[in-house]
Formats: sequence, C-alpha cells, structure tokens
Amino acid sequence: MSEIRISQAQIQSDSDMAGGESGAQTAEHEVSAVRKFLMARGNSAIADRVFHGLMVLCALSIFLIVALILWLLIARSQLSWHTFGLKFFYRSFANPETGQSMYWDPVNDRFSAVPFVYGTLVTSFLALLFAVPLAVGVAVFLTEMCPRWLRGPLAFLTELLAAIPSVIYGLWAIFVLVPLLREHVNPVLIGALGWTGLFDNQNPTGLGFFASGVILAIMILPIVSSLTREVMTAVPHSQREAVLALGATRWEMIRMGVLRNARIGIVGAIILGLGRALGETMAVTMVIGNTAEVHRSLLANGSSMAAVIANEFTEAVSDMHLSALIEIGLALFIVTVIVNAFAQLMVWAVTRGTPSQVR
Amino acid sequence: MGVGIAVLNLNAWYGANHTLQDINLNIPANHVTALIGPSGCGKSTFVRCLNRMHETNPIARVTGTVRIGDLDIYRDCKPVQIRRRVGMVFQRPNPFPTMSIYDNVCAGLKLNGYTNRRALDEIVERSLKASALWDEVKDDLKKKSGASLSGGQQQRLCIARALAVDPEVLLMDEPASALDPVSTAKIEDLIFELKSQYTIVIVTHNMQQAARVAEKTGFFLNGRMVEFDSTHKIFTNPSDKRTEDYITGRFG
Repeated sequence: MSEIRISQAQIQSDSDMAGGESGAQTAEHEVSAVRKFLMARGNSAIADRVFHGLMVLCALSIFLIVALILWLLIARSQLSWHTFGLKFFYRSFANPETGQSMYWDPVNDRFSAVPFVYGTLVTSFLALLFAVPLAVGVAVFLTEMCPRWLRGPLAFLTELLAAIPSVIYGLWAIFVLVPLLREHVNPVLIGALGWTGLFDNQNPTGLGFFASGVILAIMILPIVSSLTREVMTAVPHSQREAVLALGATRWEMIRMGVLRNARIGIVGAIILGLGRALGETMAVTMVIGNTAEVHRSLLANGSSMAAVIANEFTEAVSDMHLSALIEIGLALFIVTVIVNAFAQLMVWAVTRGTPSQVR
Repeated sequence: MGVGIAVLNLNAWYGANHTLQDINLNIPANHVTALIGPSGCGKSTFVRCLNRMHETNPIARVTGTVRIGDLDIYRDCKPVQIRRRVGMVFQRPNPFPTMSIYDNVCAGLKLNGYTNRRALDEIVERSLKASALWDEVKDDLKKKSGASLSGGQQQRLCIARALAVDPEVLLMDEPASALDPVSTAKIEDLIFELKSQYTIVIVTHNMQQAARVAEKTGFFLNGRMVEFDSTHKIFTNPSDKRTEDYITGRFG
C-alpha cells in the first residue's frame, strides 16, 4: 500500500511542476477512472500466495508419487526380504522331488530372482548390441549425409517407431518376427555359432532371449537414435570445419569432428536406451517364453523381471509369492532410476556444454 | 617453401547470391597478402575458395580457375587433397576440446595415418615453437585439453595445428578478430615470422593490421576486387576512389 501512495504523491508533484499554479487543482479533477480503479486494488498478496502454494504442490506431487511408489514397494516386499535376504538375488533351490536346482517354486513358497535378473540382463544386452550400431548409423546419416528433403520424413519415421504401443510390437513379434527367426535365422546361427554354446536347438518355438533381444532393439532404436542425433547436432559447426580444413574425408570428419565430441552424449543415449530395455514389459512377456530358468543358449526360453511380474501378479495367491514379485519390482525400480539418472546427466553434459577436459 | 596462387575469373555463389564476381589476381609466394573490405564484401568467401571449403556448404557454387603452385585445384585434384596442402585458421579459435594439446597439433597428421611417434614429437615441438606457444604449454602437452587454454593461446594452437601438416599456403580468416590486443600483437608477430616459409593470405577487418603485416593488399567491395597492389600504395596513394574512401573511413 505504501508504494502506491508514494507513486500517487509523485504524480501530484510531477503535475505541479509541469502545470504551474493550476497543477494542484487539475490533478484533483483529472484522477481518471482507470487510475482510481488501479489504486483501489489491493496488493493481491493472498492470491499470489495461494498461486505460489498451488504450484509448489504440483511440483511436490511428482516427488510424492515417486515416494509413495517406493514406500509401497518396500513395505510390501518385507516378507520376502526377511525370508530370503540378499540370497534372493543369487541363490537356487534343490527341487524336493528330483533334486535338480530350481529358482521359482510357488508350490513350496520358495523364490529366487536369479532367472529374471539374468533374463533382463541378457535381453537388454542383446538389444543394445543390435540397436546401438543401427541407431548411431541412422543418426550419422540424418545429421551429416541425408539430403535435406529426406531428412524430415526419415526423422519423423524413426520417431514414430517410439509411438507404437509395445503390445503391437509383441503381436508383430509373435506373428512375424518369431516365425522368421525360427525358419531362417536360428538354423543359420545354430549351424555357424552352435559351437560357442550360445545357440542350441533345444527350443523349437523360436521364442526366447534372442527374439526378445531383437524386438527390444527395434523398440529402443528411436530413443537412442533421436538422442544421438540431438547431441551430434549440438557439436558446433566450427569443429566440423576445423577437421575438414585439415584435409579430412567425410568419414574422417564425422569420426574426429562429430562423434569424438559427442561421445559422452552418445553413451548417455545408449544408457537411456538400456533403461528403456530393462523395464520394457509387454513385448518381452509375449516372446520370451516365460520359464523361470537360466540357460546359456540365447535361443532358449526364459523370463525377465518385468515379464514375471506382469505374468504372475494375478495368480499370486500366497503372500510370499506376491512379496517376492514386489521385491523384484523394487529391484527393477531402483536399477532403472539409477540408469536413467546417469544417462540424463551424460546427455546434458554434451548438449549444455561442460568445461572441457581431456578424455 | 610457399608457392604462389593464381586466380582467374573466379565466381562464387551462395544459392542465388552472387558473392564473388570475376576475381583475378596473383598472390606472390612467401609474402603476406591481406584482404580488406567491409562485412559481406566476399573476402571470406574468397579465401574459402582457395582451399575449396566454400563448397562444403550444399548451396554454394564456384566457377573459374585457382592455381596453387602448378596445381589447378578445381580440376586436377579432390578437395581433400588440396586441403592437405593449404592450412586454414578460422575467425574463432576451434581447437578440439576432447583432445590434448599434443593431439590437437598432430590431428592433421594422425587423421592422414602418419604414426611415426618420434617424428610426431618433433613436429609437435617445431609447430608449437613456430606458433610461439611452446614455452607456455610444453609442461602439459598431454595433460591439458586444447580448450583449457586462453583464447589467444587457442588461436596459436590452431595455427600450430595448421602448420603441423607443413602446408604451402596458410589462409587466415580474421584470425585475431576474437582476441584481445596483446594476443593480436602476438599473432601479428607470428605472421611476420612465418612468411619466410609459407605463402600467407589473411582476411582482416582491421586496416592497421593489414598495414602492419602485409606486403600486398587487396580491397574487396560488393563481391568484386576493387584494387590489388602493394600495401604501401593502397594505404598512401590508392588508384581507386572507393579504396580511398574506405581506408580513410568515409564508409564501411
């Protein structure tokens, strides 16, 4: 309020000086409707404070949601955590009837996350193996070589891959990809690389780790390639010119002038893709085969952390079974959060520009 | 040793923009030639035509003949080949931030597959001495990044990088315009030292700089070369009215 009074006094004295002796009189007459209206307003402190509070609440709700999820996961997994401890993540059991080792025994309420952690790691690794070279290739083509008229449509198409619901990928995998792998790819792999033990012909379905890895690769391709494109675009043009002026060919320019400068960000993009692959549920569940087993062969059936949760949640009748599933969920939650945070930091490091150092 | 450059009927375009029109001149070997003129007059485009950097822009086009030594660079060779013989220093220092000082200097050699380590050590030392940077960086050649240096040091690093491939011609596109006066003076001293071994073409906005370092000066205006003569003549007794107006500060 006091500020408004001062400005009113200021106006008065200003018009005094300008208008001479009649100034004081005219000023009284000429207080316009707009000025009266504005002076009548309060300082709106309450409205401002309410608005401020609402916005803080909106921002906090995100933390609140994350905290609630974490709390639920921790609380509901206590039973399994107290029963199995850390061994949950590395131990197997002997089957009471056959004596063979097993990991997941809902009948006797004994659980171990080993096959699911293994499945998640194997499928994610395969996905990166296939997706990364392809994604970097797409990004290099789009930023450095693509004719301008083709750049937009091609970038749009790659981004569009990310918009397809994962259940559609799963369907496509079941009806197209898996038969294709079963008939044409797997026999070749078994013939050529069977000696490594990574490819055997025990599984006639075509489902399994390998099919999951391939479908995951297609699913993470858009995110990895679009982020790689972003960090490559962030490399200043002067760096490309510097390399070209030294007599570099186009490939040498891309290698030394672009990829070298963008590599931290590209690693970030890859890790972000890894984060997506680790948590991807639907498509993997549809093609991985869903058996709680650990196999060396990539063509064998298996399961992943996300897949087992999706598959068994509705059938988990015992408290222990449910608790074990939630503990797997907790582990997946923590790992993906860490992986994603790490990746974001690396992408920021390039696109925002950090103090440079020899790497 | 440097070689001369002969330019015949050079025309260049950016899209529909005719940025260089019928340029003819002979740049003498082992001399410093300065190109002056107001912004947008085509002098930068001109030097970029001398190592075919102009055509890295997809909308750019060039016609005419440029001879560097005996080589007709638009007919006898590919762009990558001529760029290995013509060094270039840009307006803004552009060292490679992810490389050490050492790797920055020998980037051009490593790029082309030159791996003799002992020779590389010598070349790095020689190039950094030639660019007057050696004493300031010799203790952390492999420890510090090229981007950790000051602006003036970075520009001398870029000069060392250009010199390391032992070019015949050194093109400098406003090499000191982003630097403070002390660094500028160092770069100018350097240019003076280097001309015994290289043919140097320098684009500059700074007429005093042209007068200080160059024996020959060319004045560009609106895509044409108005006058090309000895620096002394250009600055004391120009033959063209437009040159006189420009150097006396009546426009530009």
